[in-house]
Amino acid sequence: MIGINVYLALIAIATLLAMYRFLVGPTTPDRLVAVDIMTTITTGLMVLFALYYGRMIYISVALVYAVLAFGGVIAFARYLEGGL
Amino acid sequence: MNVLSATGEALVLIGTFFYFLSALGLIRMPDVYNRMQTSTKSATLGSLGVIIGTGLWAVGMGHSVAWIVQTVVVATFILLTNPISAHALIRGAYRSGIPLWNGSVVDKYGEHLEAKAEAAENEKDEGDGE
Repeated sequence: MIGINVYLALIAIATLLAMYRFLVGPTTPDRLVAVDIMTTITTGLMVLFALYYGRMIYISVALVYAVLAFGGVIAFARYLEGGL
Repeated sequence: MNVLSATGEALVLIGTFFYFLSALGLIRMPDVYNRMQTSTKSATLGSLGVIIGTGLWAVGMGHSVAWIVQTVVVATFILLTNPISAHALIRGAYRSGIPLWNGSVVDKYGEHLEAKAEAAENEKDEGDGE
């Protein structure tokens, strides 16, 4: 169970690397790709937190977050195409 | 430490490794299309590893079997929706006029759009001739 701290730290480092691309990225789609990756990583992080705290209800939170992130990314893609 | 816990922990480790690789590809690749290519694939695989591994790990630690059911639901949802959002996003990026990297050699979507525009032009010319 101690190993879970290491995994949480590794995922946090990956999120920080994606955050670098979000801040630096020269064009708007670069930043949106970074947001997409960050939401995917955050979903896995929420499932790991459910195990960390031992509460199964937190997995449902991760599922709802995944649904909302999917809708948000689709809306941004429509905006890029000029259809929104 | 039984077999389920060990398998789940190994899956979580592999998943975090792929998460790290996807973030690394996001930084190192030269343009938005290559970035999307590397990071989406490995982030999807990493999500499957982390989420299903967490379910196995929890069952091995003595939690109820419902953990594995819920984690499989989340993993299936991510497996289905992540490629769709990546495709829509990169199509929007192409339509908004982001240029390809200098070293790119294949542009099938651009060729397809050109062929379609040319066909529409020919059809219009024939219509004018009649």
